[in-house]
Amino acid sequence: MERIGVFLCHCKLIPPIDTGRVFEAIGNKPGVVYAADYEEMCMAPGLERVKEAIKDEKLDGVVLTSCSPALYEETFRHIVTSAGLEGYQMVVAELKGQDGAKEATQRAIEAIESALERLRMSRPTVSSRVPITKRALVIGGGIAGIQASLDIADAGYEVILVEKTPSIGGRMIQLSETFPTLDCPQCIETPKMTDTGQHPNIKILAYSEVEGVSGNIGKFKVKIRRKAAYVDWDKCNGCGICQERCATKALAEFQQYLDLPGKIAHRKAIYIPFAQAVPMRPVIDREHCRYFTKGKCGLCEMACPVGAIDFSQQDSFVEIEVGAIIVATGFDLMPKSEIAEFEEDPDIIDGLEFERLLCPAGPTAGKVIRPSDGREPKEVVFISCCGSRDPEHGVPYCSRVCCMYLVKHALLYKHAVPDGQAYIFYMDIRTTGKGYEEFIQRAVEEDKVLYLRGRVSKVFRDGDKIKVWGSDTLTGKRVEIACDLAVLGMAMLPSEGSKELAVKLSIATDEYGFMTELHPKLCPLESTVPGIYLAGCCQGPKDIPDAVAQGGGAASKLLSLFSQDEVILEEAAVS
Amino acid sequence: MNLSYYPGCTLKTKAKNLEDSAVASMAALGVNLVELPRWNCCGTVYSFAEDEELHQLAPVRNLIRVKEVESNKVVTICSFCYNTLKRANLLITNDPEKRNTLNTFMEEEIDYNGEVEVVHLLEVLRDEVGWQSISQKVQLPLKGLKVAPYYGCTLLRPQAVAIDNVERPTIMHDLLQALGAEVVDFPFATECCGSYQILSNPDFVSHCVWDILSSALRWGAEAVALSCPMCDFNLGQKQKELRQTHSGFKGIPILYFTQLLALSLGLDPEVCRFELNYVDPRPLLESKGLLRQ
Ligand SMILES: Cc1cc2nc3c(=O)[nH]c(=O)nc-3n(C[C@H](O)[C@H](O)[C@H](O)COP(=O)(O)OP(=O)(O)OC[C@H]3O[C@@H](n4cnc5c(N)ncnc54)[C@H](O)[C@@H]3O)c2cc1C
Repeated sequence: MERIGVFLCHCKLIPPIDTGRVFEAIGNKPGVVYAADYEEMCMAPGLERVKEAIKDEKLDGVVLTSCSPALYEETFRHIVTSAGLEGYQMVVAELKGQDGAKEATQRAIEAIESALERLRMSRPTVSSRVPITKRALVIGGGIAGIQASLDIADAGYEVILVEKTPSIGGRMIQLSETFPTLDCPQCIETPKMTDTGQHPNIKILAYSEVEGVSGNIGKFKVKIRRKAAYVDWDKCNGCGICQERCATKALAEFQQYLDLPGKIAHRKAIYIPFAQAVPMRPVIDREHCRYFTKGKCGLCEMACPVGAIDFSQQDSFVEIEVGAIIVATGFDLMPKSEIAEFEEDPDIIDGLEFERLLCPAGPTAGKVIRPSDGREPKEVVFISCCGSRDPEHGVPYCSRVCCMYLVKHALLYKHAVPDGQAYIFYMDIRTTGKGYEEFIQRAVEEDKVLYLRGRVSKVFRDGDKIKVWGSDTLTGKRVEIACDLAVLGMAMLPSEGSKELAVKLSIATDEYGFMTELHPKLCPLESTVPGIYLAGCCQGPKDIPDAVAQGGGAASKLLSLFSQDEVILEEAAVS
Repeated sequence: MNLSYYPGCTLKTKAKNLEDSAVASMAALGVNLVELPRWNCCGTVYSFAEDEELHQLAPVRNLIRVKEVESNKVVTICSFCYNTLKRANLLITNDPEKRNTLNTFMEEEIDYNGEVEVVHLLEVLRDEVGWQSISQKVQLPLKGLKVAPYYGCTLLRPQAVAIDNVERPTIMHDLLQALGAEVVDFPFATECCGSYQILSNPDFVSHCVWDILSSALRWGAEAVALSCPMCDFNLGQKQKELRQTHSGFKGIPILYFTQLLALSLGLDPEVCRFELNYVDPRPLLESKGLLRQ
């Protein structure tokens, strides 16, 4: 480019820049024939000036500066193209995030220099029109993924829903009752799961994972691994006789591996994960199945009325083509063992384990017991911020739902054990959702849940009791509580394997592994790759209402893409 | 192998049993602890005051002694000395301004810039000797002796100087296991003994010591092993009083880990100087067949 113009934007939001020095530094760069500065160039009058200058000075390349190239690039491109240039003839340099006047000027010079370099390397692009494959892939069958799938399917497009466990439902279906209205997920999520399973436009690929992805918005090619269930799901009718006959027990994923007296929370080696599973199909757990460990058994095979057991099954692969993708892979809880000051003990459990103990449809039918001895706990301590808001444990962020689910736990516990006492240790109580603060007030006033403001330093077994040491910062005293059960509000982390998935999809993750949205405020549903959207806890901790809202939002973003027939892709021309 | 060794004051007086058993054991393991020339008090307590560089002179001078003998590592045995020296060393390494002030002030000394590494004897046993080679040299396994390792604070806190996991250390567990003892894990292994509060707040210390000892007993310990003369003083000397205030409490011997090490390596029990222990451990050791009557 022979006639390059540089437009320096400055406003009160950018640290003061010595424009004279900037012009001096870039004025003699090859190709630069024009330089101007303008306050608030992003506004209409500023943009007009850029347009005029391009015409008057017959510029064939421009460098614009901006506080946020990601947000302004589109706006700038319109102006530049309306002045007769093409997209490749413009580069936007970022001027944000500098401190100190001197530094700011130096950094601005460097940013512009590197933008000039990029402009010099920039080549005309060719645009191609790609027809949109109007089929969507949703990865993760929690409530966010379910909501997104239903919305897309209802709009008339095909959805492939990939879920890594044997059933959709996600964490929500493990919960006892849900704050703040205390409706049970079996009542409110099961209908959505059934709809998803029965919808003519939705194909669920359960017990499957994304193996590889290629292509671009409008046309992604996705390879999916279907893990061997050792059961022919097409033949199987979900009668469940296999798991009745199976003689081997193992700790159950769905029960958070709770080891209860009498093994009442165990599952069989062939199992349907829970009663409302969608699809209602069993899988064999190779690690425990006697056929695989001992080489002989076959009780399930003998019992199956339709001959669906297939010990020779292998993982298989399917390849699909989709126009857009929604990622909804949810969260996991930080393992309790990460907090070394809390001992490992059967009566020190995390929130999801307690959900299973509270759940009327759970292993204890909602009777609250201590995992160690099956006794009813008379004193229970709930501990907030275990890992969260604790940079020492690598999680400076707030997990957002723990304040609410711990008070829900305390309240439901008090309903189950009216003569019991519930204590909650907290740092701050964060109840910003609709109806949340009222929920807490109810627990404190009606159910006499006792709040202690302070952190806990140690949790350990002392004979029959679990001792909790903490401080009550309101009275300035050390407190020691000898309780029967301690429930930890562990930090929410991105679900296991989501980092690997993000790499396959080429989307960005933040330093904690959550998938990064395109803009923290203005593009909360888009990933950093066009055509890939985010929903639910894979993007950051959130509650069910937010996960559902984001699921619906991601679906509508995808649908607005599907309302077009083709996308225009720009690629650098090969000369 | 020769290693520069910083004893500190207590090991030369009240804790002779710690020093003698340590030096003899290390020699038996092929490590020659070479005492530093002209060492002085470590400073005892690491100073928290921001503007009290003067307090850092004592520990830093000791590190200069190490540098002078052209050694890049110094071993401490007392946990308190370990903590003070290690933290002074971190300060010198990380704070160029204070380093400069101290070096300027000590104009008669050579400049010190953090060249020396401060380690505790337990680290030497783990990292240089190794549990396996220790257990191979055991002559008299401590079979049937139920010992609770007690770490106290100064080996582990703050995190930057911890010789092991701050919350769940295993280093002394591992050593005792290598010696054939039955290791008793108990929740108070890393709780404070009350430390020098013994001077101003002795009742508080009684409280701490009772919590620690009663918990060790509840978890089945017959003896407690430790590495700190301060903890040893509190846990040992307080027992007379506790016997009166807590009926049924008969006392529990407190031993330096080095005494158990010396005993199991088959050294002459004389080096253990058991007569200096506040609660005589000999009847227990005899009952286990670990000491001849
Ligand atoms: C103890 C506890 C109690 C709670 N109680 C409440 C409450 O009462 N009210 C409330 O509003 N919220 C509550 N929450 C929060 C609620 O659980 C979440 O908001 C909700 O589950 C988020 O849904 P999701 O779809 O984003 O993620 P998830 O529920 O985690 O679902 C993600 C799904 O994706 C699947 N998946 C993961 N990785 C992959 C992969 N690589 N490929 C394919 N599939 C994958 C998972 O198997 C899972 O099915 C609670 C949370 C906890 C921890």
